[in-house]
Amino acid sequence: MAEIAYWEAIRRAHDEEMANNRMVIAMGEDIGVAGGTYKATLGLYDKYGEERVIDTPISENSYTGIGIGASMVGVRPIIEIMSINFALLALDTLVNAAAKIRYMSGGRAQCPIVMRTPGGTAHQLAAQHSARLARMFMSTSGLRVVTPRGPIDAYGMLKSAVRCNDPVIIIEHEQMYNLKEEVPDEEFFRPLEGAEIVREGSDITLIGYNFSVHLCLEAAKRLEADGINAEVLDLRVLKPLDRETIRKSVEKTHRVLIAEEDEAPVGVGAEIMALINEDCFFALDAQPVRIHAADVPVPYNARLEKAAIPSADDVYQGALKVMGKI
Amino acid sequence: MNDADKKRLLKEMIFFRRFEDRTFEAYMERKIGGFLHLYSGQEAVATGVLEKAMLGKGTDNDYVITGYRDHVHALKAGAPAREVMAELYGKETGSSRGRGGSMHIFDPSVNFMGGYALVGQPFPLAAGLAMGCKHKGTKQIAICFLGDGANNQGTFHETMNMAKVWNLPVLFVCENNGYAIGTHIDRSTAVKDQYKRVCAYDMQASQHDGMDIEIVMEAAEQAIDFVRSGKGPYFIEFMTYRFRGHSMSDAKGYRTREEEIEWEKRDPIRVFSKRLIEQGLLTEDDIKTMEREIDDEMENDIIKFAEESPEPKVEDLNKFVLDDNPDPRWIGPLQQ
Ligand SMILES: Cc1ncc(C[n+]2csc(CCOP(=O)(O)OP(=O)(O)O)c2C)c(N)n1
Ligand SMILES: [Mg+2]
Repeated sequence: MAEIAYWEAIRRAHDEEMANNRMVIAMGEDIGVAGGTYKATLGLYDKYGEERVIDTPISENSYTGIGIGASMVGVRPIIEIMSINFALLALDTLVNAAAKIRYMSGGRAQCPIVMRTPGGTAHQLAAQHSARLARMFMSTSGLRVVTPRGPIDAYGMLKSAVRCNDPVIIIEHEQMYNLKEEVPDEEFFRPLEGAEIVREGSDITLIGYNFSVHLCLEAAKRLEADGINAEVLDLRVLKPLDRETIRKSVEKTHRVLIAEEDEAPVGVGAEIMALINEDCFFALDAQPVRIHAADVPVPYNARLEKAAIPSADDVYQGALKVMGKI
Repeated sequence: MNDADKKRLLKEMIFFRRFEDRTFEAYMERKIGGFLHLYSGQEAVATGVLEKAMLGKGTDNDYVITGYRDHVHALKAGAPAREVMAELYGKETGSSRGRGGSMHIFDPSVNFMGGYALVGQPFPLAAGLAMGCKHKGTKQIAICFLGDGANNQGTFHETMNMAKVWNLPVLFVCENNGYAIGTHIDRSTAVKDQYKRVCAYDMQASQHDGMDIEIVMEAAEQAIDFVRSGKGPYFIEFMTYRFRGHSMSDAKGYRTREEEIEWEKRDPIRVFSKRLIEQGLLTEDDIKTMEREIDDEMENDIIKFAEESPEPKVEDLNKFVLDDNPDPRWIGPLQQ
C-alpha cells in the first residue's frame, strides 16, 4: 500500500496493461517523448517504444478514428485527448463511428477503444479550456462513460476499460491529477458499472461525480457539525447509470441534492432528477436541489470564474435548503 | 489474365449491375427503405482493384472499407449476395442483421469492415485498420474506397498526413465520378486532379481510367504491391461516372443528357464485353446466357432468400448496443 497521485495511478495502469498485452497501445498529443501533459504516460515511450506510445499530430478527429479502426482488428488503444474541449473535434469518429459500429454491424464488429480526457475547470483557463461536457457523452448510446473520483478508481477503471470490449470514455479532471490516495500494491480492477456510497448517512443524499464528489464530501463534514448526517453517493459511472443505488439511498434518506460542475440544462443532474421522479418520487420528503455551474461560458476573471463554478459552500447551502434549515 | 478469368470478371460485373438494378426494383416496390446509392457505371473500379487484393477470411487477407455506396465492394470482397440483399430488406439474416441497411453493410468474416454514411469518415478508420495490420506484423493491407467529394473533408488531410508519417500499409482508392450529389467537382474543389492533392503529404499517387477493368487491374496491382512491400501508403484515382442518380430521389438536373451519353459509351461492361467478343472468347449469345443465369440466381436464390428471411425480433431491440456478454470482472456490478 502506498500513497500515490491520480496521475501516477493512471500511469501505473497504462504500464501494467501495456506489459500484459502487446496489443495495448497509447496515442495522443505529446504523450510520448514529452511524457504527457499530465504525466499519465511518463517514461512509457522509453519502455515500449514509438510504435506503442504514439505521439500524434494535432488531428483529434482522425487520430481517434485511427484508434477506432485499429481497435476493430484487435488493437486496444488508449487515446488521450489533451482537454475535453478538444474532444469536440473528435465527436464524428467517436459518436458517429465508435458508438454505433457494434450496433449497425449487427454485433459483427466492435471498437474497444479507451478515450481519456480531463474535463473541468482549473484556474482561470477561460472559456475554451474549461468545458465539462460529461452530459454530451452520457447521452450517446453505445458508449460507456466513467468518472473516477480518485487514484483507486483512476487506476482500476482504466485497467478494466482496456479489457472491456466497448468504447469507454474516462473523464478525468485537471484539478485532480495531484490528488493522493492509498492504493494497494497488488494488481486490482474496478468495475465499469455501479455507483458507490462513499460516506454513509441517514438525513440527506448528496450525489456527485468526478470532482463534485469532493465538494459533497467537504459539505458533508460541515453538515455533520450542524448535526446533519449526510450520505455521499459517487455516481462513478454516467453511462450506464446505476438507478438501483440511487433509489436505495433516496429511500433511506428521503432527501437529495445533486452536485455537478457542469451547467444544468439537459445535464447530469436533470437526468438524475428524472430518474428519482420515476423510481422513488413518493420516498421524497422535500424538493430535490441541483447545484451546478452558471449557464455561461467560463470567464477568465478569477472572481467571475468562482461565481460561475459551484463550490463546497454552494453544496452545503443547498443541503441546508433541502433540510428546510434556510 | 487468362481467358477463364476474363470471362469470370465480365460475368461478375454483369452480376453487380444486375444486383443494383434489382435493388432499384425492390425499392420501387417498397421492399427496401431508407437511402439507396447505386454503383452502376463504376463497377470496373471495385471489381478491378479488389481482384488484385487478397480476399477472404483471416489474417492473410486485406481489409476493405468504404462509404455508403457499398454493395458492390462488399460483394466483391466476398460477402454472400443473399446476405447483402437480405440486409437491404432489413432482415435478421442480413450482413448486418438488418440493423445497418444499404449504407452499412458489414462482413468482418471476409474482412469487409463496413460501409459508412459520414462522408470522409472511412479515411481514418482505414488508416487504423492498416495500423492494426502493421502492429500485428502481418502482410495485410487496408483498402479504402471513397468518392471525389470526400477529399474535401478535414479527415482526408489529417489522415493522409498520419498515414505518411507512420508509413501505414493503406491504399486509398478515389472513385472520381465528377460529382458530390449534385455539385460538380469544378464548383467545389480547387484542384481538379485529385491524385495531385496528396503530394502535399509526399504520398505516392497516380490517376487512371476507371471505366476499363484491365487498366484498373494493372494500376491496382502496382499500387497494392507498393503498399504491401512496406513502402507506405498510396493514393490511386480512377476517373469514372455513376450512371444513376446519387440516391433514389435525384432528378439529375445538374448534368446534361449529352454528358451522360458520352460516359455511357464507355460503360465498363460494354467496353469489356466488346473486347472479349473481338478476341473471340465470347459471342453475344454467350453473354445472353450469362445474363439468364444471373437472373435465375437473382430471383430464385438471392431475392427469394431475402423475401423469405425473418425480420429481427422487437425483443432484440437492445441487443448489440454494448457487448451482450461482458466479462463481469471488468464490468461489475460494484460490490459495496
Ligand atoms: C459528413 C457528411 N456530410 C454530408 C453528407 C451528405 N452527402 C452524402 S453523399 C454526399 C456526396 C459525396 O460525394 P462523393 O464523395 O464524390 O461520393 P459519390 O456519392 O459521388 O460516390 C453528401 C454531400 C454526408 N453523408 N456526410
Ligand atoms: Mg463523387
